[in-house]
Amino acid sequence: MQQRTDTPGADRAMVQAERVTKTFGRGADGVTALDDVSVTIRENEFFTLLGPSGCGKTTLLRLIAGFELPSAGRILLDGAEIGHLPPYRRPVNTVFQNYALFPHMTVAQNIAFGLEMQGKPTAEIGGTVARMLDLVKMERLADRRTDQLSGGQQQRVALARALAPHPKVLLLDEPLSALDLKLRKEMQIELKRLQNETGITFVFVTHDQEEALTMSDRIAVMATGEILQVGTPKDIYNHPARRFVADFIGDINILDVDLDKIDEGRGVVRLPGGATASAALPEAEMRPGAVSVAIRPENVLLTGPEDGARTATGEIERVVYFGSAHNVHIRLDDGPPIVARAPHAPGGAGDRAGVILPDEHLQVLVD
Amino acid sequence: MADAAAPAAAAPAGRRARLRTDLRHQPGFTPMAWVCIVFLYAPIAVLIAFSFNDNRSVVRWTEFSFRWYVEAFGNEGIRNATVISFQVATVATLFSTIFATMAALATTRTRPYRGQTLAYAIVNQPLMVPEIVTAVATLALFTIIKKATGITGIGYLMLAHTVFCIPFAYMPIRARLEDMNLTLEQAAADLYAPPFQVFRRVTLPLLMPGIFAGVMLAFVVSLDDVIITLLVAGPGETTLPIYILGQIRRGITPEINAVSTLLLGLSLIFVTLFFLIGKQRKT
Repeated sequence: MQQRTDTPGADRAMVQAERVTKTFGRGADGVTALDDVSVTIRENEFFTLLGPSGCGKTTLLRLIAGFELPSAGRILLDGAEIGHLPPYRRPVNTVFQNYALFPHMTVAQNIAFGLEMQGKPTAEIGGTVARMLDLVKMERLADRRTDQLSGGQQQRVALARALAPHPKVLLLDEPLSALDLKLRKEMQIELKRLQNETGITFVFVTHDQEEALTMSDRIAVMATGEILQVGTPKDIYNHPARRFVADFIGDINILDVDLDKIDEGRGVVRLPGGATASAALPEAEMRPGAVSVAIRPENVLLTGPEDGARTATGEIERVVYFGSAHNVHIRLDDGPPIVARAPHAPGGAGDRAGVILPDEHLQVLVD
Repeated sequence: MADAAAPAAAAPAGRRARLRTDLRHQPGFTPMAWVCIVFLYAPIAVLIAFSFNDNRSVVRWTEFSFRWYVEAFGNEGIRNATVISFQVATVATLFSTIFATMAALATTRTRPYRGQTLAYAIVNQPLMVPEIVTAVATLALFTIIKKATGITGIGYLMLAHTVFCIPFAYMPIRARLEDMNLTLEQAAADLYAPPFQVFRRVTLPLLMPGIFAGVMLAFVVSLDDVIITLLVAGPGETTLPIYILGQIRRGITPEINAVSTLLLGLSLIFVTLFFLIGKQRKT
């Protein structure tokens, strides 16, 4: 059953979870944190586990790190099963949410710790620590105690410490959540740079969808102990497969429509206002009937109420300006409200407007 | 207008809040504090003062002198009692701190197990039982053992002291362990440290302030003990408190004052030392 694919480069599997279940507690009091989860994380990938708190993303990370053992299923690292090894036998390192720097050691001693425990010769440790300090731009603070550092600096030390032993996988448990917005943006770019420079597989846990979209090569969206969808940020954003994914990531309009039939892999749906449109279908098997269809506000086009190309007409309820654009809230005639994002407001509250819902941006969702 | 009024209105409110939280402004606080301080320290002040009195009396001051200190140093009984006290306290502190550290680790750093609360209660039990009960029980048990084995010696006294010092050493060590962030130990394990190295390189160094506090408490408690020592100590095993007690039966002498003052000074030095070491370790 070894599924090792030894094609050099791109698509080699680095971490595989196979039907992993994790239950805390026993019997009636038991809580299932992960329910039969399977996922493959590729070599050199920046992979993000995204979901609200309690979705199981941190549990999955801790299972890979070895702080928890799976109740069922296998965890493979670079083709070898590691699911039951203790953390110190796994070639993965973790950046903790609160950094967990050793308060009784200096910055350099913190970074050297993993190398010392690996039994590396002293000279090599010195060299690696110097390179790591350089990598995270902390050379001048090598002899500081960690409690004298700012949050951003502690973050860099935590990164350097986890990267120093050159793990096969770096696990990051919401490492940016304690930083303020500006620093968080800087660290997002910094993390991406570190991943490129080291070529190490990053597994990143966050509940911040924007962070996930900015940094990731691929994202797994999780909820209630399951992985709902795995894909590139563009896939996830443009073609959410599940209602939860669509709702969780970005702003989106979700309309209740009727699916008339399936035609050449696309769904023919009847939109509010009576027009029919061809919407993309999710991978799951669909049957005609009531379905949800999603469209992002920036893909809803505004036009005049009499424009022949319009899909539907309605009345503007309010216009919300937020700097780079306006959100125009429109109540469709005999239909649901819809939000369109436009650089210029076509009018004010009470004015009539037409909307165009282009086929290529309509996505049928599974509930 | 409204802007100007706001700070003016806020000031008295802020002052009131400060008055409420500042102890010194609560009515009666200062006299109460002085009463407490006098009750606590007046006897000690009198004791120290009369240890320097060049007179046999402990109620009438005549002249300053080191006479009683010289006599105390010359007194073989006091010297022997001091040596015994320190031997017993050192041994009791060493072993009780080791056991207390192990007990604290076993009650905080393991997966919850059946009887964990019971273990915690058993460790702390000596603090709840009246000391005279423990003393009588220990005496009875030791008598049986002595009769059965024929072994005698100061070991019994040291064993008794070790046992009653354990809960005192246990408390600060456990408190420190509970305060310590578990993720530090996880981080060490994550960085390839096997369990023993996690303990040696991370848990133990961070636990040191707790252990120092435990050592200090155990040492002082052992040095100070009367009841258990009185019952358990064999002939020739007179500790300093027991010696002082014996002397006082024949009337208080300034020599006892001098010894007590020395004991006080010693424990102060001891406490300060460990406080400083603990502080240095923490920062």
